[in-house]
Amino acid sequence: MSISGSAAIVGAAQVDVFRTEGRSPVGLMAVAVRRALQDAGLTLADVDGLFTSSSYYAMPTLTLGEYLGISPTHVDSTSIGGCGFIAQLAHAAAALQAGLCTVAVIAYGSTQRSDAGKLVSMAEQSVYELPYGLIHPIGAFGMVAQRHMHQYGTTSAQLAELAVSARQWAMLVDDAPYPTPLTVDEVLASSIIASPLHRLDCCLVTDGGGAIVLTSAERAADLRSDPVFLLGAGEAQNHRNISQMADLTTTVARDSSHRALSMAGVALDDIDTVHVYDAFTISLLVLLEDLGFCAKGEGGAFVGEGRLAPGGQLALNTNGGGLSYTHPGMLGLFLVIEAVQQLRGNAGRRQIPGARLSLVHGMGMTLAAHATAVLSATPQA
Amino acid sequence: MTAQRPTPTPRGEEAVYFNHAANRELVFQRCSDCDRAVFYLRTLCPGCGSESLEVTVSSGLGTVYSFTTQYRAAHPFFAADVPYTLVLADMEEGFRLFANIVDRAPGDVHIGMPVETIFDPVTDELTLPRFRAATAGVPS
Ligand SMILES: [Zn+2]
Repeated sequence: MSISGSAAIVGAAQVDVFRTEGRSPVGLMAVAVRRALQDAGLTLADVDGLFTSSSYYAMPTLTLGEYLGISPTHVDSTSIGGCGFIAQLAHAAAALQAGLCTVAVIAYGSTQRSDAGKLVSMAEQSVYELPYGLIHPIGAFGMVAQRHMHQYGTTSAQLAELAVSARQWAMLVDDAPYPTPLTVDEVLASSIIASPLHRLDCCLVTDGGGAIVLTSAERAADLRSDPVFLLGAGEAQNHRNISQMADLTTTVARDSSHRALSMAGVALDDIDTVHVYDAFTISLLVLLEDLGFCAKGEGGAFVGEGRLAPGGQLALNTNGGGLSYTHPGMLGLFLVIEAVQQLRGNAGRRQIPGARLSLVHGMGMTLAAHATAVLSATPQA
Repeated sequence: MTAQRPTPTPRGEEAVYFNHAANRELVFQRCSDCDRAVFYLRTLCPGCGSESLEVTVSSGLGTVYSFTTQYRAAHPFFAADVPYTLVLADMEEGFRLFANIVDRAPGDVHIGMPVETIFDPVTDELTLPRFRAATAGVPS
């Protein structure tokens, strides 16, 4: 029995996605949960499935459940880095289908910007990497970029195109934190942090809370919002530590996306909007190759010439993504929320006309874990 | 106040690796059943599931697979070392090792260059393998 089409996102909300004033990480989650439930026309009393993941709380469903004053019957705190929330779409759909819960909430919150830009992490570092001073995660992505350049001739200027396109999208968002254009030269002139990556090859460091509400497709029909259906989902993982990633230029994103597209019964060509985890320009480039938007090694040439900018060939990260809109530590849930905005036709100046089908892809840690989802404005593709 | 060195807490098979390093030996494992080179040290071969893994001393020779030069420190302890270069090297026995390279300026490291392993006793309890540039094919 497939979960394809069995569950729908019926509520979505995000709060304080650049800087919060006076809200803790769980406080951000709680406000986002309430607003997502309001969006769905539901209340906290309806929630019996609680899904979250956190860099702040070792037992985040206990933390959030206690804070909200609810006692869920089913919880999931999948810990695979920033793509966990995309994986939880399928986990929630399966739990709903199995009757383990009837209304599922997926929530996230972070005060990473207010924490003065320090990456908050409870994650242990390998005893074989810890003593050498590798900065997680940019040091690892520097090694990925260096290898990609060596193997395929990719250049820093090509990587910079991704940051430039992201900024163009962000300028179509009303609350964009940096509402001015960015140039390739500006990216290349920014300081190198881990060669060959510059400061502007990196995502923003922001605060932010987000939440989405899922229920069965059947129940979704009776709710106030336009449902967004989960048609396909896939996961894959490859390693935990960068020193164990055999080929730094190739990920198992191709496996998770193949699983998701197969489940949905659609092809890449059918997709209207694409939302891909962009913690760094290089991670986005590698993922675009592995997802099949261009051949392996051809990402450098593909991302130029405005192909990824508004009006280009691919509607990618339509709010500017992590590079230019929001990246509160873990990005996955915010990719889903932007896809929901597009599929509901609520994306304002950045709306892709007639968007019906979206692909969301997240990675966790340093290209280690992957989760892909196919979302649809209609119950079938 | 001086920042404290980030120090691993090796347990079980991890301690075996660091005990050998203290004796100036870089070790990996060879699987007795499938002949795979296994690194880091494990209790189970990730290739075939065998528990028959033989701790084996490496020549310490390898070539750079990739690298990055960091202009920021991961930890206050490394602040004085910036910029420093971290290397992933493919060792001649067929495993990959991560460590810093000690004798090359930023811009003077490239993919494919030969490296050899040296041993740095940083504390009484901890000796770290590190890399330095080597001449291809010549043992240290
Ligand atoms: Zn074996």
